[in-house]
Amino acid sequence: MDLTAEQTNERFGFQRRWWASSIRFFGFLGLAFLVFALLLLAFGKNPIKAYADIFSNTLGSTYGLSEILVKMIPLTLTAVAVAVPSRIWLINVGGEGQLYIGALFATWGALTFNGLPAWILLPLISVLGVLGGGLWASISGILRARGWVSETISTLLLNYVAILLVNFFVFGPWKDPESANYPQTAEFVGAATLPSFAGTRIHAGFVFPLAALLLFYFVLSRTRWGLEMRAIGGNPEAARRSGIPIGGYMILLMFIGGGLAGLAGMVEVSAIQGRLRPSLSPGYGFIGFLISWMAGGNPLGIVAASFLLAIVTAGGDILQMAHGLPGSAVNILNALILFVVLSRQGRKGGFK
Amino acid sequence: MIGSSWQGLLPGAILAGTPLLYATLGEVLGERAGIVNLGLEGVMLMGAVVGFGTTVRTGDPALGIFAAALAGALFNTIFGFLVIERRANQLASGLALMFCGVGLSALLGAPYVGSQIKGLNEIRIPILSDLPVAGTLLFHYDILVYLVTPIALLVWWALFYTRWGLSLRAVGEKPTAAFAAGKNPYRLQYQALFIAGLLGGIAGAHLSLATAKTWAEWMTAGRGFVAVALVIFSKWHPLRAIAGALLFGGAIALQLQMQARGVPVSPFLLDMLPYLLSLGVLAVWGGARRHAAPASLGQVFRGTE
Repeated sequence: MDLTAEQTNERFGFQRRWWASSIRFFGFLGLAFLVFALLLLAFGKNPIKAYADIFSNTLGSTYGLSEILVKMIPLTLTAVAVAVPSRIWLINVGGEGQLYIGALFATWGALTFNGLPAWILLPLISVLGVLGGGLWASISGILRARGWVSETISTLLLNYVAILLVNFFVFGPWKDPESANYPQTAEFVGAATLPSFAGTRIHAGFVFPLAALLLFYFVLSRTRWGLEMRAIGGNPEAARRSGIPIGGYMILLMFIGGGLAGLAGMVEVSAIQGRLRPSLSPGYGFIGFLISWMAGGNPLGIVAASFLLAIVTAGGDILQMAHGLPGSAVNILNALILFVVLSRQGRKGGFK
Repeated sequence: MIGSSWQGLLPGAILAGTPLLYATLGEVLGERAGIVNLGLEGVMLMGAVVGFGTTVRTGDPALGIFAAALAGALFNTIFGFLVIERRANQLASGLALMFCGVGLSALLGAPYVGSQIKGLNEIRIPILSDLPVAGTLLFHYDILVYLVTPIALLVWWALFYTRWGLSLRAVGEKPTAAFAAGKNPYRLQYQALFIAGLLGGIAGAHLSLATAKTWAEWMTAGRGFVAVALVIFSKWHPLRAIAGALLFGGAIALQLQMQARGVPVSPFLLDMLPYLLSLGVLAVWGGARRHAAPASLGQVFRGTE
């Protein structure tokens, strides 16, 4: 079949534009890093040295790389926690709170049933983590399904409540009497600790994000539920009229999302901290939100974006320790990256 | 005696409610123009840090307030660029702005951690402040407290009794109609966001200059989000926002009072009060929400195609 030049362009234009826009996208991403570098310069820091430090301490050594993978475990989970409800346009900004409540539930299990063997205890506290985060998020799901409170606002507000609740237990009833002035619970028994691989902090919890991503992909593309979710996401009114229980989906997807964030909390207390502390997460729940938006809910995109943001998060620690910057300064870089992503999505006609 | 010491509650509510009211008024303006800004938290933080830093440097809190307002407005314009120019998702852009504000304010504020200022002077209204009970309760505040109610009235008047306000609300309800009537939706939205930024910056400045008199990272502690909840509570109306801010300020004051007098409840549980109150109030209010919200809230005008 003969094609005119115009038709050829039309047929292959998509691919070309895809390449062109990718190059532009990475250019703008570079711009985000450049703006942050200028900011560092303005505050009297050497940006080249800062970026070199971040690079050599993350990608430049085996240990650094393993630490990035360690950070990717909770980040991927909290990102899927946002991606799942976003299939039906629910915006879950409560990953941080859900993570804390998951950690709280898991800690309760680990401290209460500390006589059980690992093969029962670890699954038990994993389930508790899911349950904690899931129930916490379901509050927002129910409020939304009833049409009472937007899930964006309620998940945001519940973050603060969740963190305060963890503080309450850690400073109060669960405080380890042996740890003098440190607000923390007693250390977990060995049976409640996820095993890690020799010499690194990479732990068995890495199966959770993998399973979550695979299930997320499979359910979306291969099952009736995925189809119904697409229907709700596409046209809620039509979906409602064809008998799809939208309210039920809202609560269920918030539960699943929150459960995954809760699992991230369980992973952190069990494998990394070994006990519950108030400083459980350096904002994993919030960063997961960024990752999910960057990836547009695409499973592979989530892996790539959580790799990038794990490096940025680790970079925040490095800037704090080696360059005397406040720990939250790295949020600027997170925000700049998100600005770039958002302004690109907006022009393309919205977030899919 | 106990009864009289609880009188501290009203001044506490007024003091804590003031920044909430400034922020809420700003958000009302933005949402009336059809734009939800969850980045208010970041705008407040920028106002707080710039206001504090300026006051430390110059010793003049008036300059601090001015700088805070300007910083808030400019910062909010970044958000405006994203959601108006680039048509980015408003909720996500707002959160990105919040992140940016958290980080940037921490960076800007680092040299000022631990600095001390005298803060805003208490202005006693002559004669009125000498009244027996009402005098101490109502007429011993800083300038920003006295100004907030007139500003609420001004916002109300501007929204409902001026041509500009009518156009602004038209943009929030049906931008295509406003466009057809010869208005420029983009310009009006930028204006609304600029003023919202001014007010958000002042809200932050009140926290750092009048209430805390110090700078601490993330010192707004979610007040920006509480203000967004307050907008819904006040049904997008500037005058109802006054009552709402007083109620929420009361919750904050109650929590502080109970801590101060050693009520045997964990401070962490008491700290939950404002957030739980926000949620509870929104849940109760939820049913009527649809009727009051601007019809095009959250959607971006894409021109007439």
